[in-house]
Amino acid sequence: MKALTPYLQKPLVLIGGFLAFGWLLVAILAPVLAPYNPLQTLQPLVKPLTTGTNGEYFLLGTDMLGRDILSRLIWGAQTVVIYATLATLTAYVFGLSFGLIAGYAGGRTDAILCFLANVILSFPVLVLYIVIIVVIGASPINIVIAVTFSSAPAIFRIVRAITIDVASRDFVKAAITQGESTWRILFVDILPNTTGPLAVDFCLRLGYTAITIGTLGFLGLGLPPPTPDWGGMVNEGRAMAIAFPHLVVFPCIAISTLTLGLSLLADGLREVNDAKERQA
Amino acid sequence: MSLGRFLIRKIAVAVATMVAVSFLIFLALEVNIEEVAVKVLGQYSTPEQRAAWLLQNGYNDPFLIRYFRWLGNFVIGDWGQSTYFRAPVMDMVLPRLGASAILAGGALLVIIIFGLGLGVLAGMRPGSVLDRMISVFSVVTTSIPDFASAVFLSGIFVFWLGLLPGASTMISGFSLRELILPVAVLGLYSMGYLARVTRASMVDVMGTHYIRTARLKGASLSRIVLRHALRNALITPVTVIMLQLPWLLSGVIVVEVFYAYKGFGTLLYDAALNQDIYLIEACAMISVLVVVLSQILSDLIYGWLNPRIELGAKA
Repeated sequence: MKALTPYLQKPLVLIGGFLAFGWLLVAILAPVLAPYNPLQTLQPLVKPLTTGTNGEYFLLGTDMLGRDILSRLIWGAQTVVIYATLATLTAYVFGLSFGLIAGYAGGRTDAILCFLANVILSFPVLVLYIVIIVVIGASPINIVIAVTFSSAPAIFRIVRAITIDVASRDFVKAAITQGESTWRILFVDILPNTTGPLAVDFCLRLGYTAITIGTLGFLGLGLPPPTPDWGGMVNEGRAMAIAFPHLVVFPCIAISTLTLGLSLLADGLREVNDAKERQA
Repeated sequence: MSLGRFLIRKIAVAVATMVAVSFLIFLALEVNIEEVAVKVLGQYSTPEQRAAWLLQNGYNDPFLIRYFRWLGNFVIGDWGQSTYFRAPVMDMVLPRLGASAILAGGALLVIIIFGLGLGVLAGMRPGSVLDRMISVFSVVTTSIPDFASAVFLSGIFVFWLGLLPGASTMISGFSLRELILPVAVLGLYSMGYLARVTRASMVDVMGTHYIRTARLKGASLSRIVLRHALRNALITPVTVIMLQLPWLLSGVIVVEVFYAYKGFGTLLYDAALNQDIYLIEACAMISVLVVVLSQILSDLIYGWLNPRIELGAKA
């Protein structure tokens, strides 16, 4: 608990944590919290704060197919939390491994991996997604693949830079002299030293991935319907947004509070990390 | 390293990158010739029609030969026919690129003015109330996805206040009023990042000895900032502006789709929805080319603004 104290003293971390963990809680408790089945058609286009003809209460109204928006938002939290986390973690597995290898091996391996990373990073993110989705189609797994493909090079760069720095320190030289295996040096000696900056990056990247999944949904290239997906809800409601703004405003508030929470959390972590480094 | 050699090396890297990118794009979209035939001729074409079409268009040649032929044609400006729009791809792409350049140019202007301005204001007095307010503002604006801020801004200015048009179709000629909301959404999303970079750079410069000397001599804060600090504090941010371009390009797609603006972004979007592969290839190539060129430009600007840095030295 003591290690957490400097983090908890930051208002940024508290607000960010409240928003991010709040949505995480909503995602976990979705089956309990959602008043209705998110796919069930009840009564179309009911405005917020209205009681339906069969006595149901619609806090945030319903969409054009008559599905309860609050329930879809709550289940949508689960969708975004699951897929954003899964996609970010997969990207990390690849980015971390290649980054450690490139930074430690140096030479030709490093040069080739760096060139490949630069090639992928020279695509504007959304163009890369669109090309990938056109080729492999929009499905949950394919979205994870697309995110991995575009995020891993950025993670690779960060990990590579830290690895080069850490690998030049004395304790790594000592490990090499002791005859430790390369895998042990990479994953036991070097990896733990990357956690500070990577924790910040992980929060930020989780936010980017949530934005990406939302944006793909908004473009109609995301998770296929009828999955409750925030971006998809905005896309479906867009045509009728002038008459029924509740169709698009609530999903936008949901995604914005989640991504804002994650960036505030990342900011707070970074400030505390920087302060620790100055002390050390 | 001389400027000439530096440029040649940068251009060589850029060309290598473009070749690799073009190979990836071609590999992704055209490695499976059966799918190419289905996408070009449509789902209801017969297997015989597809086979004839593949033969006629040289698709039975080995992959690498097809790739180099495609790349050669691309370089000389033969980008193929759009299957959805039934027109040469190049004639579709260039005017749309111009339309998007207007949008992106407007957004860049907003980003530069507000990003640099807010960053300098915040960095002048680190820790002040103004600094905190600007920091919060930039975190909030960069965290909100652009489609969401488009919804919020349109909700306020179109739906609630009724001040601005909610679409940017430009049906009855060019309209500056229709450009305001798309530019604002793009600018809002990217200015926060520039403001943060500018603030950090400004804080560094304000802590240097020569600024302290100027202060001790009794110069006013505005004179210190304008005459002494700005020139050094703006080097990094100005370089960063160019590196924002890939993000801006992604944003352009979202904003153009949202406001039905007839630009490069909606073209790529329509191409994707209709599986128009030649159009997708050209759009992807052009967008990467824009990014690669902007990186070279950013390196040049950096070297020009900061003569102390040796070009090509490892940062």
